[in-house]
Amino acid sequence: MRIALASALALCAGAALAQDVVRIGTEGAYPPYNFINDAGELAGFEIDLGNEICARAGLTCEWVTNDWDSIIPNLVSGNYDVIMAGMSITEERAQVISFTQDYYPPTASAYVALSEDADIMGVVAAQVNTIQAGHVAESGATLLEFATPEETVAAVRNGEADAVFADYDYLLPIVEASGGELVFVGERVPLGGGVGAGLRQTDDALREQFDAVITEMKADGSLNALLAEWFPGDEVPSY
Amino acid sequence: MCDDPANLDTLLWFVCYLTTGKHLAFYGAFGTVLLLLAVTAPVALLLGFGGAIAARSRLAPVAWLGKGYIAVVRGVPDIAFFLFFVIALDQGLEWLRHQWLCPDWTEPVRQGQNFLVCPEAKLPLATAPQWIHEVYGFALAVVTFAIVFGAFAANVLYGAMAAVPRAQIETAEAYGMTHAQAFRRVLVPQMWVYALPGLSNLWMILIKASPLLFLLGVRDIVYWARELGATQTPRFTDYPHGDWRMWYFLFLLVFYLALTRLSEIVLGRVMRRLTRGQAMAGGEVQRRAEAAA
Amino acid sequence: MTCWEIVQAYALRSLGIGERLLPQVDITLCHQFTLIGSGLLWNVYFGTLALGAGFFLAVATALARQSRHAVLRKPAEWFVFVFRGSPLFIQFFFAYFLFLSLRGTFPALSPLTSAAYGALFVLFLNTAAYSAEIFHGALQAIPRGDLEAADAYGLAGWRKFRRITFPTMLRLGWPAYTNEAIFLFHATTLVFFSGFPAAQQRGDALYYAKFFADRTFNPFVPYPILAGYFILLTLGIIALAGLIQRRLNRHLPAVPGPWRPRFRLVR
Repeated sequence: MRIALASALALCAGAALAQDVVRIGTEGAYPPYNFINDAGELAGFEIDLGNEICARAGLTCEWVTNDWDSIIPNLVSGNYDVIMAGMSITEERAQVISFTQDYYPPTASAYVALSEDADIMGVVAAQVNTIQAGHVAESGATLLEFATPEETVAAVRNGEADAVFADYDYLLPIVEASGGELVFVGERVPLGGGVGAGLRQTDDALREQFDAVITEMKADGSLNALLAEWFPGDEVPSY
Repeated sequence: MCDDPANLDTLLWFVCYLTTGKHLAFYGAFGTVLLLLAVTAPVALLLGFGGAIAARSRLAPVAWLGKGYIAVVRGVPDIAFFLFFVIALDQGLEWLRHQWLCPDWTEPVRQGQNFLVCPEAKLPLATAPQWIHEVYGFALAVVTFAIVFGAFAANVLYGAMAAVPRAQIETAEAYGMTHAQAFRRVLVPQMWVYALPGLSNLWMILIKASPLLFLLGVRDIVYWARELGATQTPRFTDYPHGDWRMWYFLFLLVFYLALTRLSEIVLGRVMRRLTRGQAMAGGEVQRRAEAAA
Repeated sequence: MTCWEIVQAYALRSLGIGERLLPQVDITLCHQFTLIGSGLLWNVYFGTLALGAGFFLAVATALARQSRHAVLRKPAEWFVFVFRGSPLFIQFFFAYFLFLSLRGTFPALSPLTSAAYGALFVLFLNTAAYSAEIFHGALQAIPRGDLEAADAYGLAGWRKFRRITFPTMLRLGWPAYTNEAIFLFHATTLVFFSGFPAAQQRGDALYYAKFFADRTFNPFVPYPILAGYFILLTLGIIALAGLIQRRLNRHLPAVPGPWRPRFRLVR
């Protein structure tokens, strides 16, 4: 919510980072990437990963939740320093913020509906400001936008939308738990350049720190272990 | 007991479900709402008092300021004000600090779509712990509520001050009291009974405005009701359930009905107490009722 | 894009006509004026229809509250209590989720999950409850002499209501009812922030104002524009209500003091 503040100049940021607290912004509503667990705490793949990155880089990290809708503006204005919120790397976003390398491989998006013959060119629900929403708008289907991912699925359940279009990995556990009520429809669509952490374009030093740890974790297999833990199933993503 | 909820019977399942950490946060949020009401009401009353005095001032510019405050805030719709003030206050404060702390800064503060002040001027400082960020967010919300409701209170008090019979003040001045003394000793004590109906109404409106905290980014009861009521998949929770948002919001509805009803009863009692012995219609009705009994 | 082109592209955007994507970069004043004005169409839609329909329910409820029969009086009292005693914001949320779950059992009710019908329905009930309270007060304030005179002239039942009770009630309640109309128009800005989804980003004036504030990070332009539009709208309502007021009071000899509008922000 709070909206102002500064994107620190590169030189200030670099000097200040060593002992500063790094604030990581996330949505807290996008399992398995990030969500709030029964205990009321943040949990998920990105929480584990972010904590590991901070531990290895010797940073003190603090998690902040922010609505998806305004997650980029609040980064730019300095309310937090990093976004880890299942955010796909896209060209449009890269014009405003900078990304680390991907820590989740380029992913597929999928349609889910109540039956396999559902009309994916009809009314399709998607979360605002996502690559999926952009894709639906371009496809010519009627886009129904919601603020949170949960609401997009609810819209299909109650018939408000014919289908929902979202990350395959977000939809998979929901479809599995629905006991046949929800099914995947049509082909999966590869979108985006993988999921990465977003930073202000002036924060090069911090980005390099994050990048170095991600490279290290890819090399020693610990990232794959985390992926296997949070995205189990037939097709475990891996590097 | 709650280690394996899947095997509990319905009653125990609900006992465990309703005491998860997430639910405790939900219950805590009711405290946030009550805290907002408890803090906002006196601050708004104070602002309103200041506004009413300013509007009555014999100095024209001060009177314009007071009347302008009342008119502007009351003339513009709803939540637009809430949404606006929270950002405007934050940016305004940081801009002032920026001017004060970083006089040598040459870059423009507003660059295209960004609002950039120097790091020392940030509020709270980027290095501050998370709880300070949260308190600051809540404080902004309280100030926003107080500004908006202060204007309403100012209007009510302005009317109440005008309603005190002129003869009362003239008598006070005839006894040799100064203007300020007459104001303090005669006008202020007497105006409350005239102000109370308006202030009661304002309190009700304040209660009903409190869920708008949600729009100001505070994690309030609306946030948690939406979060808790949403469909939960078994992989991420021990308590999977379907879409229960309707029931959570029904609970909020009942909570607010109880709160407004309770306020109505309490304020009714206060009004009866205050009108006792007053030379007003209400006092007259009471007097007759007592005489008849 | 010139301003005229922007107007062509976005003036009816809130109804789904025109440019599909909302402006993303190079947002000008013209964009903001056009799109926020476009959203105002929804506020007018909600306000006008809810008031128009709510008026009749309000009169009926106010009469039911006068009734000697508890069967009529009790439901009316509860209706007013529930809608006046709880925040409209929560009513919107609850109603939306209620309509969603009803949809499974009664497919005919499915339009109610859209803002255009569902939120309108809630606003209709809400304004009916608030107006019923106003008319209830007005009914009680009708001078007894007027009613006795009606009896003396042999008026009774429907004719007495239509010729005496109703016009007097309307005349007495009109100033308060005008305020209610203004608040209702202000309250329509809550619709798209309370669960009801904005299909294809078709929203009301505040929806677009917030869109611009989020996008440009500058609240000092879109919200004052919104405020300006609403002040115009409010003045329009006051002017219209004044005309009707004059007609209602045309038989009265003395002109009462100038009526001053009162504003209330939230309900």
